[in-house]
Amino acid sequence: MGVDLPILWAIIIGFGLMMYVIMDGFDLGIGLLFPFIRDRADRDMMVNTVAPVWDGNETWLVLGGTALMAAFPLAYSVLLSALYLPLVLMLLGLICRGVSFEFRFKADEAHRHFWDVVFAGGSYVAAFSQGIALGAFINGFHVSGPSYQGGALDCVTPFSLFTGVGLLVAYALLGSTWLIMKTEGALQQRMIALARPVTVALLVGIGIVSLWTPLAHPQIAARWFSLPNIIFFSPVPILTLATTWGILRALRRDPHAVPFGLALFLLFLGYSGLAISLWPNIIPPAVAIWDAAAPPQSMGFALVGALFIIPIILTYTAWSYYVFRGKVRAGEGYH
Amino acid sequence: MFGLTALQLARIQFGFTVSFHIIFPAITIGLASYLVVLEALWLWTKEQVYRDLHHFWVQVFAVNFAMGVVSGVVMSYQFGTNWSYFSTYAGGVTGPLLTYEVLTAFFLEAGFLGVMLFGWNKVGPGLHFFATLMVAAGTLISATWILAANSWMQTPQGYAIVGGRIVPVDWVKVIFSPSFPFRLAHMTIAAYLATALFVGASGAWHLLKGRDTPAVRTMLSMAMWMLLIVAPIQIEVGDEHGLNTLKYQPAKIAAIEGHWQNMPGESVPLILFGWPDMRDAKTLDEVDVPHLGSLILTHSWNGTFPGLDDFPAADRPDSTVVFWTFRVMVGLGFLMVFLGLWSLWLRAHGRMYGTRIFLRFAVLMGPAGLVAILAGWITTEMGRQPWVVYNVMRTADAVSNHSAIELTVTLVLFIVVYFALFGTGISYMLKLVAKGPGGQGLEAEPGIFQRPARPLSGAPDIVDPATPPRGEE
Repeated sequence: MGVDLPILWAIIIGFGLMMYVIMDGFDLGIGLLFPFIRDRADRDMMVNTVAPVWDGNETWLVLGGTALMAAFPLAYSVLLSALYLPLVLMLLGLICRGVSFEFRFKADEAHRHFWDVVFAGGSYVAAFSQGIALGAFINGFHVSGPSYQGGALDCVTPFSLFTGVGLLVAYALLGSTWLIMKTEGALQQRMIALARPVTVALLVGIGIVSLWTPLAHPQIAARWFSLPNIIFFSPVPILTLATTWGILRALRRDPHAVPFGLALFLLFLGYSGLAISLWPNIIPPAVAIWDAAAPPQSMGFALVGALFIIPIILTYTAWSYYVFRGKVRAGEGYH
Repeated sequence: MFGLTALQLARIQFGFTVSFHIIFPAITIGLASYLVVLEALWLWTKEQVYRDLHHFWVQVFAVNFAMGVVSGVVMSYQFGTNWSYFSTYAGGVTGPLLTYEVLTAFFLEAGFLGVMLFGWNKVGPGLHFFATLMVAAGTLISATWILAANSWMQTPQGYAIVGGRIVPVDWVKVIFSPSFPFRLAHMTIAAYLATALFVGASGAWHLLKGRDTPAVRTMLSMAMWMLLIVAPIQIEVGDEHGLNTLKYQPAKIAAIEGHWQNMPGESVPLILFGWPDMRDAKTLDEVDVPHLGSLILTHSWNGTFPGLDDFPAADRPDSTVVFWTFRVMVGLGFLMVFLGLWSLWLRAHGRMYGTRIFLRFAVLMGPAGLVAILAGWITTEMGRQPWVVYNVMRTADAVSNHSAIELTVTLVLFIVVYFALFGTGISYMLKLVAKGPGGQGLEAEPGIFQRPARPLSGAPDIVDPATPPRGEE
């Protein structure tokens, strides 16, 4: 076959994970913002903006997992075993959050606050664990043959703790800009006020990770700072700065959808930076996508479905967002 | 923990999380199809009762669905976190099957769920019905793929072993493995039965409480028709599945029957009750019916089939467990048939809605379908041990290298979180059921699952009396 199946699959999985990060990012972000909003009606409105779509957003995470098993079973086994503890915490966090979506409306008055706490707590745990997993992924794994050789807590390092916090900030930005787009009035003003410091914090976070990573990993430094790469890749940091400036500017003048759009782009830039640093490794620092690939029969079979069905999924997902477009107003409770 | 090995702990963890999980999809599958039927009947007849029932059950569906989704995400990661050698070895087969499940089923459900739950006033009735239909189709497609994967692990074919791992060579054979049609039919019917029992029990409970409304009567009536027709079909399908298992997994059948020694030419009795003892390799205190084992499994008076003694001790599943779980499942199955027949008899005499002992029995049978599903899955999964991929890979070779400490910590976390959250969720579901359809507790018509399309003409926001004014909280 003339196609390089592992490259195609790496792109599909990369796309799926990016969809997950930006889509579940904003609805996780809503949970992260809960502690800053005390009013019950406001909290209901925040949840109502994502209630019809959160389940679809989370499905991209499941796709990431199963597609990794289909296309790169070795990477699926090694990465998931190595990241066992953060992933279990992430899953438990997602469970807490997912059920609270329903429970906070079904509970009697006395327990509602409790489910708000579970909703926010689950969002923090899930997002922070994902950030730890991300940091551990960048740091790389101790692998020999088909199995992970490191310890259970190897994934917890100063760097991964930092990326954990960084991801919280990134999701908070997505969540607050999403709410700027979907709400109005006092809640929207509150979000505009919150989004400013969060944007600055995210820029600082991106800056620190961009310095820390090449300093700790010479091959990543070589990837970025050698010629001619430095010229090809220079748009990434330049666009990052420009986008951040754009968000801050938009926040000052009666914003609607612009900050959210730019926040998505900022996350995309961060994501591409990561891809540039790590390509073509799927188990950093040494296992490349071709070494972890499934048999061509497996990749080919699943590819037919992926290429045919993902566009259809994107179409009806877009349709669902279209049906629920526009501002969510107070009292539009559905429960 | 309790001196258990890492392998045992990993198996307990998988068994625990998957058992909790399967309850929710089973009800999801059944309720989704039920909602399609209700919505179709409403569109067709315009009778209020169907709309009331739809609005009532869709709330239960929403809570149940959320729990199914989040407990399901755990499963898709557990193959990698806990069974990494299995995934490295067999991921080339199971990975694509699960990927197809996500692509064709999960996204379909998720994409149309929002419209189904919240879209009553956002889209027209035809489009809303289409959304409900897509969600129901998604649940069935999901069952198809996951059972294809499970069936392949039970009765693998269409693969080769190349370079120390499994390579799929014929996908049609992989998907349509010998046990697949039987498992798919058996499980789908089981989901419908479990839902019918749950819906029927809800109707019976309301009648016992004196809430004799048309909606309550309709839901009991529909559930009992379903049971009457489908429970006998399930017994036939189960019998066919058993014959298939005897052909491809004879050790499982021997363990289910507590059958140790096969004597050529001598008929096999059916052991009704007894205690299979794995150490002494015999079944103690048996109560049996001569020839019935032969009759059921070979459909002949003196037919024989392998006993557990025909398999090396290391290849025998735990007969003590599967002997009993199988009997629980079958016993409940016959009780379902009985409930269906009783309802028919009472219905014919016009007494179905008023016979209290029958209604009490229907309430008692509410969870029977779910218990039978769990018992059945334990039977088939423990019955294929010690293999994870039958006769190809042993479970002991599939498990990740985690320490017993790690597995203990995560297992305790799973147990605490699952019981706390899913326990609460189930209690909320029951509370919703207790509210009853079409009436008390439900606010504005049409249905409470809506985001009313307010005029966008700048009309002032209507103060919802249910929402406290700001700052008062």
